[in-house]
Amino acid sequence: MRARSAVLSTAAALGCAALVWSAFAPIHSASRNQVFVIPKGTWARRMSGEKLEILPDHIRLTLGLRDILVLRNRDEVPQIFGPTLMMPGQSFELPFAQASEYQFVCTAHASGQMTIVVDPYPASPWARIRWRAHALLDRLHEPAGQS
Amino acid sequence: MRQARRITRAVALLVAALPLLCAWAAAAAPAPAFRAGRFDPPRQAPDFTLQGSDGRELSMSRFRGKVVLLAFGYSSCTAVCPITLATLAAARRELGPAAADVQVVYVTVDPERDVPARLGAFLHNFDSSFIGGTGTPQQLAAVRKDYGISAQKIPLRDGYSYSHSSFTYLIDRGGRIRALMPYGHSPGDYVNDLQLLLKE
Repeated sequence: MRARSAVLSTAAALGCAALVWSAFAPIHSASRNQVFVIPKGTWARRMSGEKLEILPDHIRLTLGLRDILVLRNRDEVPQIFGPTLMMPGQSFELPFAQASEYQFVCTAHASGQMTIVVDPYPASPWARIRWRAHALLDRLHEPAGQS
Repeated sequence: MRQARRITRAVALLVAALPLLCAWAAAAAPAPAFRAGRFDPPRQAPDFTLQGSDGRELSMSRFRGKVVLLAFGYSSCTAVCPITLATLAAARRELGPAAADVQVVYVTVDPERDVPARLGAFLHNFDSSFIGGTGTPQQLAAVRKDYGISAQKIPLRDGYSYSHSSFTYLIDRGGRIRALMPYGHSPGDYVNDLQLLLKE
C-alpha cells in the first residue's frame, strides 16, 4: 500500500516537473534556418510539363527559434525563388526580427504571392507549453526525411 | 519512510529550481549581422545604361566605389514608393557624413509618365542626392529581368497603376549585390547594414 502510494506520488511529482520544465525551460532550436532548396534539374522537369511546388505559398516561422528563411538554388539556371532572383548555386538568407505577416510578390506561385507568418517567441509559460505541444504534433505528422 | 521524504524533498527542490535554471540558460542566440536578406555568394550587379534624372547617363558602373541602394517604382505610386524613399532618406540622414558614400538609385517601372524631369522632381522631395533612371519600355524590361523585378500594369477607371516588387537591393562598393531589404524595414535597419558595407 505504502509502496503504491510512493510510486504514485513520484509519478505525480515527475509529471509536475515535466509540466514545469515545458513551461519554463528555454526552447532551443538546433538551427534557426528554415531551408528550402531548388534541386538540380528542376527547370528541366518543369519544362517537361511536371508540376513542381518547392516553396509553399504559406510559410510559418517563429522569432528566436526558426526565424531565418534560407533559399538555395541548386539548379543549373537562374530561378525566381520567393521574392528574389537567384543564380545557380546561390543561397539567400532572410532574417526576420518582427512578428508579423509578410507578403512577397513571388512569380513562382500561381497566386503570384508568398505569405510568411512570423509568430512571436513563445515567452510566457503557457505559450511554451503550447509551442512544445505543436512542435511534438508537427514532428509526429512530419513526413520521413523532412527537416 | 525517511528515504521517501528525502526523495519528495529533492523532487520539490528540483521543481522549485527549474524556472531559475531555465532563466539562466536562456541566453539569446546572437542576431544575424545583416538585417536584410543576404546573398551567398554575391553576384555582380548587372550593368545597364538608362537616362538619369540628373541629366546624365545612368549606369551601375558609374557608382563603383559607393554603396548603392537600388529600388524600383514609379513617381505616381501612392502606396509603397513614398514610404521606401522616405525610409532611405531617413537612413542617409542618420548615417551623417558617411552618407556621402551611399547612392540611392531609383529605376522607374513607368516609362510612359516618368520622364527624367518628373522623376527628378519626385525624388528631390525626399533627398536631393537620389538619382532616378528611366528609358524605353524595352530597356526597362531588360533591367527588370536582370534584377528579378516584377511590374504589372493595372488599369484603373481614370488611368493606371503598377503592382511591382517593393524591395531594395544593397550593392557594395565593388558592384556586387550583397543583400535585399524587404519593404517595411526601418531606417535603423538600413543604417545597420549600410555601416557594415561601408566598413568593408
